[in-house]
Amino acid sequence: MTAESEVIELTLASTLKSVETAEELTTEVCSKAGFDEEEQHRIGMAVHESMINAVHHGNKNDASKQVRLRFQIYPDRLEIHIRDQGTGFDLNRIPNPLEAENLLKVSGRGIFLIRSFVDEFRVEKLEGRGTEVTLVKHKNSRKKLA
Amino acid sequence: MSMKAKTRRVDSVTVVDISGRITLGEDLTELRQLIRNLLAQGQKHILLNLADVTYIDSSGIGELVSGFTAASNQGGQLKLLNLTKKVHDLLQITKLLTVFEVYEDEATAIASFQKATRV
Ligand SMILES: Nc1ncnc2c1ncn2[C@@H]1O[C@H](COP(=O)(O)OP(=O)(O)OP(=O)(O)O)[C@@H](O)[C@H]1O
Ligand SMILES: [Mg+2]
Repeated sequence: MTAESEVIELTLASTLKSVETAEELTTEVCSKAGFDEEEQHRIGMAVHESMINAVHHGNKNDASKQVRLRFQIYPDRLEIHIRDQGTGFDLNRIPNPLEAENLLKVSGRGIFLIRSFVDEFRVEKLEGRGTEVTLVKHKNSRKKLA
Repeated sequence: MSMKAKTRRVDSVTVVDISGRITLGEDLTELRQLIRNLLAQGQKHILLNLADVTYIDSSGIGELVSGFTAASNQGGQLKLLNLTKKVHDLLQITKLLTVFEVYEDEATAIASFQKATRV
């Protein structure tokens, strides 16, 4: 895990505009890291969902709160860290959107989609410094849908 | 890039041609309002043509589900037409293909509403 990585970092306000900015940057970083267009789209979507969650659930749409976005490009993988200023959440308590009783719910699919699109998804509460989610996509991993 | 929605009438069916991105934001609120207005006006056969939808996120998917439920609750039907591969894949992994009636051909989709009325 000591392999060198290139780091790209950005601090954004908690707005929908920032979600767009993050997506655009993701596409650029992904293409630089060598992911093909389909993978760029999937990783972009995972970042889109994570950014919306950070802005909406983490920072409660308070534009003065920040979201920090950090890309780390390793030879074998891309890691994306998205940190908000909220109090975090427990991944184990999130309802499964595929359960029959949840199928017609209007929300609760974001994290499920993120998990379908990247290889690893982690949530970490940083004492006094907010919550960080980490998305990892391996190169040449070609994760299949469904 | 943003969403556009235009409605047209074919027989008893209101077809909504949607293009662009169905993602969180004002456009989504407009789509919800459009569907609610159709239902309020008694236009209860709604066919969403998603042929030109380039991107849909979890909020957009939620809005489709919300429209589906609103239509069903009012004795109407909301169906989908012309899914792009991206949208199809998303509805598949979220198991919503088991919820929505999806058509690849407009005439067949329109006819499916007529049948429903006669029963
Ligand atoms: N950054 C975050 N901070 C705090 N809570 C979060 C965060 N991200 C997600 N959550 C919690 O996890 C739940 C599930 O998130 P998920 O993205 O799957 O669904 P949603 O945001 O509620 O709806 P959808 O994404 O389908 O529009 C959220 O409702 C929220 O309670
Ligand atoms: Mg979400």
